[in-house]
Amino acid sequence: MTETTAAPPAPAPTQAPPAVRLAGLTKRFGAVTAVDGLDLTVRAGEVVAFLGPNGAGKTTTIDMVLGLARPDGGEVEVYGLPPRTAVAHGLVAAVMQTGGLLKDLTVAETARLTAGLFAHSRPVAEVLERAGITDIADRRVGKCSGGQQQRLRFAMALLPEPELLVLDEPTTGMDVEGRRDFWTAIRADAQKGRTVLFATHYLEEADAYADRIVLVAGGKVVADGTAAEIRALSAGREVTATLPDGEAELARLRALPGVEHVELRGRTVHVQGTDSDAVARHLLTATAAHDLQISSRGLEDAFIALTGRTEETR
Amino acid sequence: MTTTATPTAPARRAPAMGGFSLGFLALEVRRLVRNRRTLIFTVVLPPAFYFLFGGASYADQSAGRGNVSAYVMISLAVYGAMIATTSAGAQVSVERAVGWSRQLRLTPLKPAAYIATKLLAAMVMGAIAVAVVFLVAGVLGGARMDAWVWVVSGLVAWLGALVFAALGLLAGYLLPSENVMQLLGPLLAVLAFLGGLFVPLDVLGDTFQTLAQYTPAYGVGVLARMPLTDEGSLVTAVVNVVAWTVVFGVGAALRFRRDTARV
Repeated sequence: MTETTAAPPAPAPTQAPPAVRLAGLTKRFGAVTAVDGLDLTVRAGEVVAFLGPNGAGKTTTIDMVLGLARPDGGEVEVYGLPPRTAVAHGLVAAVMQTGGLLKDLTVAETARLTAGLFAHSRPVAEVLERAGITDIADRRVGKCSGGQQQRLRFAMALLPEPELLVLDEPTTGMDVEGRRDFWTAIRADAQKGRTVLFATHYLEEADAYADRIVLVAGGKVVADGTAAEIRALSAGREVTATLPDGEAELARLRALPGVEHVELRGRTVHVQGTDSDAVARHLLTATAAHDLQISSRGLEDAFIALTGRTEETR
Repeated sequence: MTTTATPTAPARRAPAMGGFSLGFLALEVRRLVRNRRTLIFTVVLPPAFYFLFGGASYADQSAGRGNVSAYVMISLAVYGAMIATTSAGAQVSVERAVGWSRQLRLTPLKPAAYIATKLLAAMVMGAIAVAVVFLVAGVLGGARMDAWVWVVSGLVAWLGALVFAALGLLAGYLLPSENVMQLLGPLLAVLAFLGGLFVPLDVLGDTFQTLAQYTPAYGVGVLARMPLTDEGSLVTAVVNVVAWTVVFGVGAALRFRRDTARV
């Protein structure tokens, strides 16, 4: 679009609807409340990680964003539209964990079939190229690896040129190389301004690829911010040192400024707090402590502290 | 960088006819044709049965407006169309089992357009089955009948197979199995037997003959042979076809609605 430099300040544009708006979203399965009054707004252009342990309600929420499941309560809008309409208009596309592919079709046929279902579609050759699967276009889907099938799903999701791309645990079951290739393709795509919402339980994926992390547990948002902001929520550092007469020192350590937690395990004292310098100074000058270490707590600590769960086993 | 939508954003609209397209239909037919098992049941087995049942040996015996060979041929054309449409319709079970129907829900394709495509693809296979039996029996098997009987019998055998396309869809939604045809195959053989497609029903006892009139292949068989022989009750046959189409069609529609509500 051209820009006229001499033009007077443009009138305030009409507020564009957010990419995703969830308000009080609720979904129950029998006695289990999978999504429990979840609120979330994703603005256009954001790359948002939906991070949480298995069973946090991520997939159920995404199903409702895509109109694959009906909420029991609350509201869900995609670009101000009901999800099914947004899907039909090609505004939102998704790479799902569960969506199966037909083994008897080739990669190119699958993409061609999908392209034909949309009113508007990018050329098949182009999306295969962008997903990095041009070389296997004539291969039967049944003969493709999990990572290749996932990149085919990604290519299919690119066909309608969606404003919003939703990815549900997109790299589950992929090997390291497959994951890296997949994210390279996604990241290259997101740089063109596409909004991306991806669910994951891999901390490093959220950390590496998202502008914003939405931490969910028990069907609710428990934290929302940049990776740095989420880390800061369980702020501070941990100071550990060998302390021969630890018991006697505990009370004074607890009284130091910014100290949140003090624990003695054997002869090693663990002090968590915001002012690690003060703790270290005290330990080294006023006690017999030695072998002192200061470590910063990472996203993983925040994750555990906020979701009350340990990270899933790989 | 602004946070507004991409400048290349295309005009957003939903596709016409719920996403139904001839391209999609053509690919569906191609998948069916490419499936070796489907092709054997549709194209190889019915003409093979024609010769196996001795269809070619009745060329000298006349029957109505043609010969007995033509009688056998029409019955087996109905059988072929029945197998072809049922197995094509039952493909939805495979697609549900692997999650393809869920993948399709990420596109504008409306469930009704999906079902319409499946039905039409099944009917294309039915047409192929009828054509193959007529061609083989007519050219190599000595079947003879009046020209208009070829046309009308062929059309009836084909259109009547809609009953079985509906049965296939119903089975596809009832049985979430990848091997749905292993269950349907024997069932179809029994239905074809009771429908008088393999042997004339006169060979059965009275009880079975009466019972057979209520089975789903009976009506189509009688209707398809009627232009040749003028045998059977038109009313009974039409009622049979309509009733079974409604039963299978409504059953499939109900299961289908439950399925889309869940997915």
